[in-house]
Amino acid sequence: MHRIRAGFVIALCAFLGGCASSEKWGWYVISPTTRQGRVNIEFLLSGVGWTIALTVCCVALSIVLGFVLFLPRIPGNRWLDALNRAVVELLRSIPPLVSILWVYYGLPVLTGIDLGPFVSGMVALSLYGAAFMAEIYRGGVQSIERGQFEAADSLALSTFDKMRYVIFPQALRRSLPAMGNQFVIILKMSSLVSVIGLTEVVRRANELAVTEYRPLEIYTFLVLEYLVLVLLLSAGVRWVERRLGADEGGAASPVGRAE
Amino acid sequence: MSRSPESRPVPGGETAPVIELAGVNKWFGDLHVLRDVSLRVHPGERVVVCGPSGSGKSTMIRCVNRLEKHQSGRIVVDGVELTDRTEDIRAVRRGVGMVFQQFNLFPHLTVLQNLTLAPMRALGLSRSDAEARARQYLERVRIPEQAEKFPRQLSGGQQQRVAIARSLCMEPKIMLFDEPTSALDPEMIAEVLDTMIELADNGMTMVCVTHEMGFARRVADQVVFMDAGRIVEHAPPAKFFSAPEHERTRLFLGQILSH
Ligand SMILES: Nc1ncnc2c1ncn2[C@@H]1O[C@H](COP(=O)(O)OP(=O)(O)OP(=O)(O)O)[C@@H](O)[C@H]1O
Ligand SMILES: [Mg+2]
Repeated sequence: MHRIRAGFVIALCAFLGGCASSEKWGWYVISPTTRQGRVNIEFLLSGVGWTIALTVCCVALSIVLGFVLFLPRIPGNRWLDALNRAVVELLRSIPPLVSILWVYYGLPVLTGIDLGPFVSGMVALSLYGAAFMAEIYRGGVQSIERGQFEAADSLALSTFDKMRYVIFPQALRRSLPAMGNQFVIILKMSSLVSVIGLTEVVRRANELAVTEYRPLEIYTFLVLEYLVLVLLLSAGVRWVERRLGADEGGAASPVGRAE
Repeated sequence: MSRSPESRPVPGGETAPVIELAGVNKWFGDLHVLRDVSLRVHPGERVVVCGPSGSGKSTMIRCVNRLEKHQSGRIVVDGVELTDRTEDIRAVRRGVGMVFQQFNLFPHLTVLQNLTLAPMRALGLSRSDAEARARQYLERVRIPEQAEKFPRQLSGGQQQRVAIARSLCMEPKIMLFDEPTSALDPEMIAEVLDTMIELADNGMTMVCVTHEMGFARRVADQVVFMDAGRIVEHAPPAKFFSAPEHERTRLFLGQILSH
C-alpha cells in the first residue's frame, strides 16, 4: 500500500508538471520562487497545525471514549447491550457536519457555554469517531475464539484480568487495521470544522482562493497536504502495528507490564 | 462459604467425594443434553468418560467448573455447591484445572507467560515464584527448553503439554480433560497420554473425556459411558471392558475398539 501511494504521488506530480506549462494553470500563486508565492504557501501551511492538533485530539479522544462506550457490552447483559446499541446508533446516525453545527451554534443557546470552533469540532468529531471505535472494539473482542474466554475462566482469572491480559491484547491487534482506517477518516473529517471558522487547511485554502482567484492550484495544493498527512498517519499506524507485533508473537508482553 | 478439607471422613469410613453430581439436568434451549446425571468422584480417583458424539460428555465436565450452568440437580465440588448464588466461583475454579481439545493457549503470550499469568493474577504469586513454579511444571511435562517460545512455534503435542502444565501451575486438586488428544496427530498422542499417566500415578484426581481405551484400562478407577445425555454404564475398567451390562455400551466399544 505504501508503494502504491508513493507511486500515486509521483504520477500526480508528473501530471501537474506537464500541466504547469498550459495556460489553464497559474502556479505563480504558490510558486516558492516569488515572494508572494512564498507568503501564500506559508498562509496555506499555517492551517496544518490546526488540522494535526484537531486530528490528534479526536483520535485520542475517540480511542478512549470508544472504549468507554464499548465497556457496557462486556457483561453480556441484555439491557446494557440495548442501551449501548441505542447510544452508538444515535451517534452514528448524526452526520458529523450536523453535529459540528449543533455543538457550535446550538449548545451555547442551550447552556450558555461557548466552546469555540476547535473544542466544538473536537467534541462533535470525537463522539462520532467514538461510536465507530466502540464497534471496532466489539468486533475485535467478538473475533476472539470462545476457547480463549473459557481457558481464562477455567484458570480462575477475574473478568478484569481475563479482558486485560487475554482478550484485549489479542482483540487490539486484530482491530488495528480497522482503527487505522478510522483515524484516516477522522483526519479527513477534520476539514468539516472549517465551516465554523477553525483556520485549518481547508479554511486557509478557501480564504486564499477567494482573494487570489486561483482555486485550481490552491485546492490541488490542499489535496497534496491531505495526501502527505494521510501518509504520515498511516505510517504511524503501521509503526504501532509492528510495535504491538500485530502478526502475533511480537515484542509486546502484557504480563511483563503487569506490575 | 464452607470448603471442606480434602478428604473429610464421613460416617461409615468412606471419604467424601470431591466432585458430586446428583440428578443433574441441562438443556440448551429445547435440547435436553444432560438427563439425571449422577456421579461421584473421590479424591485421587480417575474417571474416564466416553460415549458417542453429542452425548453430553463435554457438557458434563464443563458443568463441574461452571463453564456451563446446569438447570436442575446438585453439583458439589470440593464442598462447595455450584449455584447462581455461588459467590466465589473463582475459588472453585482455582482448585479445578481444565485441559481442552483445542489447547486454548494464549497465542500472544510466551509459554512462560501462559504459565505464570494465572498464578500471578489469580493466586497472587510473585513473578519469581510463579516463574519458578512454571519451570518446574515445564520440566515435568518434559519441555523446559520451550519456555520463551510462543505457542504457535510448538507442535500440537507440545502445545497440549504446555496447556497441561498451565493448569498444573494452579496446583489444582482436580484436573478435567476434554478429549485432550483428539486434535493431535497420531504420533503426538502418546507423549500427551504419557504426561497424563504420570499425573494419574502421582495421585491427581482426574476426570477425562477420551476415547483412548488403552489409557482408560491403564489408569481409570471408573469408566463412564454416556449416551443421549444419560450415564448408561458406570463400572471399573475390568468390568466395563469385559462384561458391560448394556447393549448400547457393547455396540460402542465394538465400534471404537475395532479401529
Ligand atoms: N453452547 C451450546 N449451545 C447449544 N447446543 C449445544 C451447545 N454446546 C453443546 N450443545 C449440544 O449439546 C449436545 C451435547 O454436546 P457435548 O459437546 O456435550 O457432546 P460431547 O459428548 O462432548 O460430543 P463430542 O464427542 O462431539 O465432543 C450436542 O447435541 C451439542 O450439539
Ligand atoms: Mg465434547
